[in-house]
Order: sequence, then C-alpha cells, then structure tokens
Amino acid sequence: MSAAQTLDEKAKLEAHLRRHERWRWSEIAFWAAILVLIFALPSRAGLLNEILIAGLFALSLDLILGLTGVVSLGQAAFFGVGAYGAAILSAYGLSEPTLGLLLASALAALLGLATAPLLLRGSDLTRLMVTMGVSLMLGELANRNSWLTGGADGLNIAMSPVLGLFPIGFTGQRNAALYSFVVLFLLFVGARRLAQSPFGLSLTAVRENRLRAGALGISTSRRIIGIYALSAAYAGAAGALLAQTTQIVSLDVFDFHRSADVMLMLIIGGAGYLYGGIVGATVFIVLKDVISGATPEYWEFWIGGLLVVLVLIGRDNMRELARRRIKTILPGAAK
Amino acid sequence: MSAPALEARGLVRRFGGLTATDDVSFAVQPGARQALIGPNGAGKTTLINLLTGVVKPSEGAVLLQGEDVTALSSNKRVRRGLARTFQINQLFPDMSPAESLGLAISERLGRGRDFWRVAGSRPGIVDEIEELLARFGLVSVMDQPTRTLPYGKQRLLEIALALACKPKVLLLDEPAAGVPEEERHDILAALAALPAEVAILLIEHDMDLVFNFATRISVLVAGRLLCEGEPAAIAADERVRAVYLGEDAHG
Repeated sequence: MSAAQTLDEKAKLEAHLRRHERWRWSEIAFWAAILVLIFALPSRAGLLNEILIAGLFALSLDLILGLTGVVSLGQAAFFGVGAYGAAILSAYGLSEPTLGLLLASALAALLGLATAPLLLRGSDLTRLMVTMGVSLMLGELANRNSWLTGGADGLNIAMSPVLGLFPIGFTGQRNAALYSFVVLFLLFVGARRLAQSPFGLSLTAVRENRLRAGALGISTSRRIIGIYALSAAYAGAAGALLAQTTQIVSLDVFDFHRSADVMLMLIIGGAGYLYGGIVGATVFIVLKDVISGATPEYWEFWIGGLLVVLVLIGRDNMRELARRRIKTILPGAAK
Repeated sequence: MSAPALEARGLVRRFGGLTATDDVSFAVQPGARQALIGPNGAGKTTLINLLTGVVKPSEGAVLLQGEDVTALSSNKRVRRGLARTFQINQLFPDMSPAESLGLAISERLGRGRDFWRVAGSRPGIVDEIEELLARFGLVSVMDQPTRTLPYGKQRLLEIALALACKPKVLLLDEPAAGVPEEERHDILAALAALPAEVAILLIEHDMDLVFNFATRISVLVAGRLLCEGEPAAIAADERVRAVYLGEDAHG
C-alpha cells in the first residue's frame, strides 16, 4: 500500500468519525425558524413557550431513553422538583431566573443521582414501575407538605427580570419565550456535543449491547447513573422554566400524564437523534391546540390515531414516502 | 520464572446440587498459545465465566499476572488486561467498525467519561483504529453499520474489539464458530497473526483449529481437568480419545 493511499484512508476514517460534528444547514434553519416565529407571532408567544419547554423536557427523556436505551415513566418527578425548586427559591427571595434555574436543575440532578441505582436491576417493566412510583411519591410529598409547596393551592411567584434586564411573565410573553429558547438551545448544544463524545459513544454502546460494553471494560452501571442524573437536570430545567415563565406552580407538575405525554412526544418525533423531542413536542402541542379548538373533548382521539399510524407504518417508511413524493413533484430537490 | 499471565487455583462452582466446575487449577504463561477443549457439557462456559468474573466461584481464586482478581468485577478485570471474545457475536449493530474500535480504545485510555471532546478527534486514537482495521481486513467496511457486514467480517471485528483492549490475556470463545468455509481462512490468518506477547486461551470445538493453533492443550471433562500437555501427547492420550473422541476411538 502506498503512503498516499494510507493518508487518503486516514482522512476518510477521520471524516467518518467526525461526520456529525459540523452543523448542517437544516439544523441552522431549524433554530433560525424558531427564533423567527417568536418574533413573527407575538400573539402566540405563550404557545411557543409551552412548546419550547415541552421540547426541553422531551430532550431530557431522549438522553436516557433514546441515547442510552433505558426506559422511564417518571420524568415528571424531576420536572416537578425543578418547578417547585425554582418557585420556592423565588418565594424565599431568590427571584433572579437564571440562578434559580441553575439551582433547581442541580436539585433535580441530585434526586436523579439518588434514585438512579433503582434503575440498575430488573427489566424494562421494573424500570417503568419504579420510575413511575418515585414520581407518584414526590407528588404526594408535595401535596402533604403544603407549608412549603402551597399544597393543592399551588404557589404564585414573582420573578425579577432575567439577568436584571428582560422582564418575563404575562407582561413579557415574548421575553419568556426567548428565555426558554436560549435555555433550550444552550442545553441542546451541550447534549449534541455529549452525544458525539467518547462518553456519548459509550452510552450508545450500552444501548446497543450492554454485555459487550461491559466486556470492553466499561462500567455500564456508572454510565447509566451519570446520564440519568444529567437527564434529571435537563427535566428539572424544563420544570423550572415552566414555573418561572408562567409564575405559578401547582401539583400537576408531578402528574403521571406529564411523564406519559413526554414519552408520546419523543416517540412521535423519533428517539435517539435529539431533535425528535422538539419536533414531537411541536406536533403534539400544535395538534392539541388546533384540534381542541374544534372539538375540545376529543383531541386525544386524534393524538391516539396519529400514534397508531406512526407505530404501524413506521416513521422511516413515512419519511421515505414523503421524500419520494417530493421527488416526483420537484425532481432533484430531495436528496 | 515470572508469574503466569492467568492462573486458576482450585476453582469450584456449584449450582445447587450440580458441580459445574470441580477443583480446576491451571495456568496460562505469558505469550502462550493454549487451548481448552472438552465435550459438550464439560463446563467450558462456566469456566470462562469464572475467569472473566461474570460468575463468582464457590471456592478458589483467579490470578491475573500474579494478582488475585477473584473479587473484581468483570469490567475491572478487562482494565487489568483480561479481554474476551464471544461464541455468539456481541457487537454494536448500528455502530460502524471504526466507531466500535474507537470506543474500545478510548475506554482503554480512560477517556470514556470525556463528554465534551468529539470522539475520534485525537490523532493517536485514529492511528490505532486504522492499524486495527488494517490488521483485521476491515478497512473496506470501516464506515458501514456493523449489522450489514458479512458474517466473517463480523467475526473478525469480534476479535479486533477484544484486541483493542490491549489485553495481556485474550480468551477466544470458538472464534471460527459458524464461519462459512470460504471466509474461514481469514479468521485463521488473523489468529495466527495475533501479537506474540499476548497470552491466548482458545476455547474450541474444532479440532483442526486447536491442533493447528495451540502449543499446549487442557482437556476439561465433567467439570474437572482431565489432563494437560502438548498437542502430540494429548492426541495420543487414551483417556482423551475415549471421553472426547467418543465413538471414533472405538471405531
């Protein structure tokens, strides 16, 4: 083999290993589009904010489910801890949102760290039940300790402007959406980076073949605990954002339906490639908004229908169909 | 003489009333080419699981380069230099061979908890991936998802992954199992070209392969070590012919 050939192969190998590193145009367009929407639709800023928060929440599930292959039906536990954490901090005088967000999210991470060992034994079914159980327990704790949480009445909170500059809340809905956007974007960049790192690669290995991952010297339990704590921090940040931007928090942040909805969103959007949560959250919330405008009672019928179609036909097949459709209309447009 | 690369001392493993491994002691010297053979049900799988740390022994000890590793978990033993391949492929179906090898190397270098740097951005790792790909004839498929590889290539990747751990001792569990005749040669060539300093324990059914490869053979029967020696001695041993070759010995 000639030296030139070897060099060529090495370049090819390196290009292959780093193929996801560069931001693609479609990704840049995706984020730019969200930003444009926030400015173009001031009357829908509340809805956009809801989508961004749900997208971050779904991203948190994607880290553990999509990337690592560990199922959880209890993400609401961390969402709730983040929400109450941010609310209580502000009630005790820490009303600057970014610091509150950081602390609330760190609190959720600690809870994740403490409960992660429960995930290491048993089957997927065990994990679904255990994670669900933890979030039910926390919901009830919040209910009982009304001196701290306001109990069934919830907590009304007042936030000072973000970084002392940008007021958020009902008077500043666009600022609220922008605040959520920035938090989501920064955390997304972190997750994207992580997914391509050696640590992220080892999480993929744990998902694809845990036995072999162990046989390469990886402590699979520790990796799962690590990513579960990080996923909890992301979910906590989403909860904190909800509390801070709506300036109210109630017991429903711990509801089982939140854990179930976020899983639906991730499945609708596709798990494992990080954008799925945001796409799924958008589809889910926009559908809910449109359909519940027409038939307020029955919107879940259509979400259910979409889920059945998605699972039966398969997302890849649908994408392929759409691509072929576009190809016949615009030859050469779709790659 | 230096300590054996791998040593089993009086290993016993009981499952309820069944004694799967019964007082097995043997040693694999540094750089050895040793084979472990035995009829079905002889307890080969249990013995591998005991050596690698998947199963804890009821009695006895496992030593790696003279150090007692009986209490260490299997992933810690890997980091101490004991790697293995599997009889049934245990690969990462959606990762490419290049990514799988990169993972194994970065874990060996203790970089597995690095969550910020892009995997494969370190030149040393890229060089090593390339070397392993070339050694095992995987260059042409390096960027394909592993599940799309021909079976023989997957079998080679199975060995390459274990070697990427830079083991002192390598356990090969039926490396040629299920490989079609036309790809068999590649496996044999890869085995013959394994680094001389790595001690190898080959667990195999295929007698051609065993007698071609090993310079020392241990025979396991009903959980006990029946005998041990050079291939010629084993081939001539009446007891081995009786229990292992079965019908053939009489015919």
